[in-house]
Amino acid sequence: MTTPKISVRDIEKVFPVGKEDFVALGGVSLDIADNEFVTVVGPSGCGKSTLLNILAGLEEPTGGTALVDGKPVSGPGPERGVIFQQYALFPWLTVRENVEFGLRTAKVPKDERRERAEHFIRLVGLERFADALPKTLSGGMKQRCAIARAYAVNPSILLMDEPFGALDALTRVRLQEQLLETWSQERRTVMFITHDVDEAVFLANRVIVMAARPGRIADVIDVGLPYPRDEDMRLSPEFGALRNRVWHSVYHQRQVKEPAQ
Amino acid sequence: MAIISTEAAGATRVRPRKSRTLLILNVVSVVAGLAIWWGLSLAGLQFPTPVEVVSAAWTMILDGTLVTDIGASLGRVLAGFALGSVAAVLAGFLMGWYTLARGLFEPWIQFFRTIPPLAMLPLVLVLMGIGESPKIFVIFLAAFLACVISTYQGVVNVDRTLINAARVLGADDGTIFARVVVPASTPFILVGMRVGLGSAWGTLVAAELLAAQAGLGHRMQSAQLYYDLPTIFVGIITIGILGLIMDRLLMLAGNKLTAWQESR
Repeated sequence: MTTPKISVRDIEKVFPVGKEDFVALGGVSLDIADNEFVTVVGPSGCGKSTLLNILAGLEEPTGGTALVDGKPVSGPGPERGVIFQQYALFPWLTVRENVEFGLRTAKVPKDERRERAEHFIRLVGLERFADALPKTLSGGMKQRCAIARAYAVNPSILLMDEPFGALDALTRVRLQEQLLETWSQERRTVMFITHDVDEAVFLANRVIVMAARPGRIADVIDVGLPYPRDEDMRLSPEFGALRNRVWHSVYHQRQVKEPAQ
Repeated sequence: MAIISTEAAGATRVRPRKSRTLLILNVVSVVAGLAIWWGLSLAGLQFPTPVEVVSAAWTMILDGTLVTDIGASLGRVLAGFALGSVAAVLAGFLMGWYTLARGLFEPWIQFFRTIPPLAMLPLVLVLMGIGESPKIFVIFLAAFLACVISTYQGVVNVDRTLINAARVLGADDGTIFARVVVPASTPFILVGMRVGLGSAWGTLVAAELLAAQAGLGHRMQSAQLYYDLPTIFVGIITIGILGLIMDRLLMLAGNKLTAWQESR
């Protein structure tokens, strides 16, 4: 077997909360293969965002190792693009300038910068809004812009932290389909965090189910469904069965009492 | 600051019809105010009538004193305000970005903020003499103190997610500062500058009342000796109009610079 693209070994993250310690991640191990699309689903507090932030290099684990391409993660890097739930577009920059941001920090020459930004703006279907400011865009368009911005620096990994969490149901479904289409044209290794079971199954090769207190992997479910996926597949019995399995795994977790506040 | 923000938010929401009603009411109010003034002065109160004030202004324009005075006052306020704003933005950024700067600057800024800049004038006059520099220094102080806290707040309030977004796109600290922190805190800086300008203008006129050989405040001060009420009125009205014009200009520039903001 080849080396996994992402390899997480016994990652621990403990926050001191008052006198007690809160174990956000208690020894999580996970391998993700090159060009695999993995979704991570779980209740709030299961440490899924913490895991993503550690891989992004925005947080440091208190134990264990995170390897990307066999090298330990130390800080953010251009091979890992991150997409945030709150879009995190720079509101004073136009769509094009936002998409060019990472290319400018990488000192890509102007002409090439333009060309690459143009390519990814077209890929997410925002060419008519290239010179618009974020405030004029809808939530879905903002997130498409953020996806183009992450793609533009040509990362081999995309880390997506509940990117569609703030969108309405219909926009969400459309963006899921669009994301898969983008991904089929521009294959990357994707780790996608969500709390939506439907979304987790629809997008992934593999669904990782996490549980809270301490944050850990409760279940790993392979989604054998072929790509491209569409609405019919979403309504198919196979999809329904997988959905039920993930649902059970997420919602029938061993209940741990909430600690007294 | 509260007044500025409600005003800005209100302006976008008011419908055209409503804004026309407001404009009519504004005009009615001004005309009525002038009429009451006129009435009071005719009724034997010691006010000059509006006509007397206009003719006094006209005389002052013709003999050049009004222009000289405006020039002297504006020159001082702009010099002090420009220096104060630049210093405030620099200090505010340093305080927001480096704990060291914050720890060193904050006690002094908090202390001097509680002292009206004018209260420093006696000391400054003794130390710096009676030339232009003491006045400019006091105005500098007024503008600086009004603007520095606001800039600092702006830097501290920059959304963490935007900084993280820049970091994962490969930006180093310098780039994050120049391309994220500076633009993100511009709205705060502009609010600070508007407050600073108001403070500087108020301080200037008062400083001129106490110690100057030219300027609007000085003109009113000498008119007081001769019981020259029309000249005092000309001074007051000119100060008000100039203050209003400067504030509006700064607001327009600010709206241009922060057009990217989401209106809430």
